[in-house]
Amino acid sequence: MRVSNKLKLVLLRLLQAVPALFGIVLVSFLLTRALPGDPAVYFAGPMADEQSIAEIRQQMGLDRPLPLQFFSYIGDLLQGELGQSISTGQPVLTELASRLPASLELTLFALLLSLLVALPLGILAATRPNSWVDHLCRVVVTAGVSLPTFFTGLLLLYIFYFLLGWAPSPMGRLDFAYLPPETVTGSFVIDALLAGDPETARAAFAQLLLPAITLGLFTLAPIARMTRAALIQVLEGEFIRTARAAGLARRKVLYRYGLRNAILPVITTLGMVFSFALGANVLVEKVFAWPGIGSFAVEALVVSDYAAVQGFVLCMAVLFVLLNLLIDVIYTLVDPRVRMES
Amino acid sequence: MQPALLDIDDLTIEFATRRGTVTAVEQVRLRLNKGETLGIVGESGSGKSVTSYAIMRILDRAGSIHRGSIRFSGIDLVGANERAMRDLRGREISMIFQNPRAALNPIRTVGKQIEDVLREHAMATRANAREKAIAMLRAVRIANPEGRYHAYPFELSGGMCQRVVIAIALACRPQMLIADEPTTGLDVTTQKAVLDLIKDLTREQRMATLLITHDLGLAAQYCDRIVVMQKGRIVEAADTATLFSSPQHDYTRRLLKATPGPESKVADLLPEGDARRALASPPNPEAPVLLSVEGLSKTFGAPGSPTSHRAVDNLSFKLHQGESLGLVGESGCGKSTTSAMLMRLLDQSAGALWFDGQDIGAIPSKQFARHPLRAQLQMVFQDPTDSLNPRWKVRDAIADPIRRLGGTGDKAQLRRRVEELAENVGLPVELLDRYPHQLSGGQKARVGIARAIALNPKMLILDEPTAALDVSVQAVVLNLLVDLKERLGMSYLFISHDLNVVRLMCDRVMIMQAGRLVEEGSTERLLNAPEHEYTRTLLAAIPNPPVPASA
Repeated sequence: MRVSNKLKLVLLRLLQAVPALFGIVLVSFLLTRALPGDPAVYFAGPMADEQSIAEIRQQMGLDRPLPLQFFSYIGDLLQGELGQSISTGQPVLTELASRLPASLELTLFALLLSLLVALPLGILAATRPNSWVDHLCRVVVTAGVSLPTFFTGLLLLYIFYFLLGWAPSPMGRLDFAYLPPETVTGSFVIDALLAGDPETARAAFAQLLLPAITLGLFTLAPIARMTRAALIQVLEGEFIRTARAAGLARRKVLYRYGLRNAILPVITTLGMVFSFALGANVLVEKVFAWPGIGSFAVEALVVSDYAAVQGFVLCMAVLFVLLNLLIDVIYTLVDPRVRMES
Repeated sequence: MQPALLDIDDLTIEFATRRGTVTAVEQVRLRLNKGETLGIVGESGSGKSVTSYAIMRILDRAGSIHRGSIRFSGIDLVGANERAMRDLRGREISMIFQNPRAALNPIRTVGKQIEDVLREHAMATRANAREKAIAMLRAVRIANPEGRYHAYPFELSGGMCQRVVIAIALACRPQMLIADEPTTGLDVTTQKAVLDLIKDLTREQRMATLLITHDLGLAAQYCDRIVVMQKGRIVEAADTATLFSSPQHDYTRRLLKATPGPESKVADLLPEGDARRALASPPNPEAPVLLSVEGLSKTFGAPGSPTSHRAVDNLSFKLHQGESLGLVGESGCGKSTTSAMLMRLLDQSAGALWFDGQDIGAIPSKQFARHPLRAQLQMVFQDPTDSLNPRWKVRDAIADPIRRLGGTGDKAQLRRRVEELAENVGLPVELLDRYPHQLSGGQKARVGIARAIALNPKMLILDEPTAALDVSVQAVVLNLLVDLKERLGMSYLFISHDLNVVRLMCDRVMIMQAGRLVEEGSTERLLNAPEHEYTRTLLAAIPNPPVPASA
């Protein structure tokens, strides 16, 4: 009974996302058309004349009225067809499928890194306000949001690749000396380990480390700040006083009573940071030649590659919907009050 | 004489604030023996809670014990380290707080929270913790303890939550219990049940109790001895009978007078010779009817569905011009729903409302906000802080209804009117340019009243207007309300759960229970010779201070 209710809720939430997705499809379609630039001109090449451009425009169906173009686009979408990218000549779906795992691996690993630093930092800062840890937290947070990622990325490269030579050359996900492992999860590190190839895993990890640190420094700031703020607020709560008055050990008060309550806004922040980082780490991808979807989208945008841009936006929207759903599910697991409301 | 269980001497507590050091508690001296109940009575800011936090050593970071000693069964608590204190807390000294729902971890089942204490102090093992927690729930008389073990605080009523807090406090059978305003915000019948429970359990375990309260009546009923605190100092300490029969200190006497009792009149709450004392004229039985309510009902949820709930059920009454009518009931009885319908904030499900000869029940709530009659009907809210916009100056808060409904566009005229209103409610004119957080509770209450009378309404709905105020401030505000009613000829619908206040303020009283009117009549008759069982229960639950012999 309970399980089927929960499943029903999840399905309901997915259903609620349909109008939003439709809106996103419509807006991304219109926006790409509103952009300056003509894909037919690009596709025809620099030597083309008026006539050949017109021919290409007709071939691509761009001479038809907008509503018609939109309906055929929707029709394609419903069949799982995202169209061809004119800049790479590949189907958009294939492009996304090969590039999304790269972005996901980078973003998830960066988030993991920043969580490992941000949570303890936020907790320490919250339990010792105005101590040196608190000041350190403030400095790290300010630096994290104010230093642009391309700058930290270049700085790290300069130090660890150029000066020290510890890091491998920033040439994508894997050095040429290695063959990519067979795809299971999409993450080179994990896939290589699954394939029993620690050497490749180590190489992939070495490639991953610097861009992940660069991105992690940036995503660390909001997480640390939210952890600190939420925990400070919870620790002022009356039930913390009760727990202390009952003589509970400091650790128990802090973790079982404090942090578990403070973690909810942190999860929300984490979700926001994740979706933001996934789309916005273009600069990191550029600096480290990381073949992610961010750089793919920017390149497509520059040449008015309609299908690619639309495919990217749609992909991000779907990810966003799934992510929000996941956060809702985590919420209901952590907070019994949310369970009741639904 | 055996040494006292708790011995506090010369205790002085200071708080570091932005404006320098503030002494919150000064030279407090008190003793508490085994099995004894000591009351600490005082108004907000008297230092009574701070004293108790110091005993537990759970003061805020900013507060520190500046001087003095606290000894608990021979142990020096001021010098004890955190580890030693942790062993004492919950096992030897326990504490319960006001606002029980907030005092429990919202995302942990109540059973687990009881287990936490038991396990912490090695009073239970992993194997028997659950069984002991359920036994504790049973001990605090929670029905179906096995089922409630899995409940979260938000699934329980306020009274129930306080029982859980008591269970946590008493789980390890401490020698001393500190109860800090344990029943503030609870209904009178719940209050009685909770305090009786504390009394029984502490007596069974021969525990000493420190009861901290602002309510003299409550202290009188449950304490052996009482100390009265004012501005961080103990002004008087005596056994309960002596304190009430011959109070020595001036402040104690004022506090006793300001506490409404069964015999007092509203003017008696203030000292003799106080210019603010007001005299209520007897009700005029021939006055015309101002408000007439017939068969008023409100149902929430779709009718017939299992979640549908009838909040107000077939309510009929009349309010005469210049009359003050009390509406009394416990939380959830439909008082607030009724007032929302009278104010036309909420559409009724059935029934008619006639105000000043017009059928206002027929006006949809959405349109009433701009209706000319809206000016005639005003409301004063329970929480003087929450009912004021924190970003508006007092002047704007009072002027708001005039701007919206009074039609005065002239700035100078509006200014004069606001100042006149401030004078009417005894609010110094220089306070008009302050923000709400810069005012005291009593001053904020005056702002709320000034705003309500700004348009010369014929009727005021007063929703527990003094529930959040200290008794001495309540005394002044109640007198102000009586005085305004006389001068402006308004009618009052006075909503309250405090029967002693209703007795002072109202000509007639209605008692509501579960959405229904169970009894109605003149205040005199209803409170002295109640007919309905529920009215009798309510009356029996009010803690009354003994009448001072020389009043």
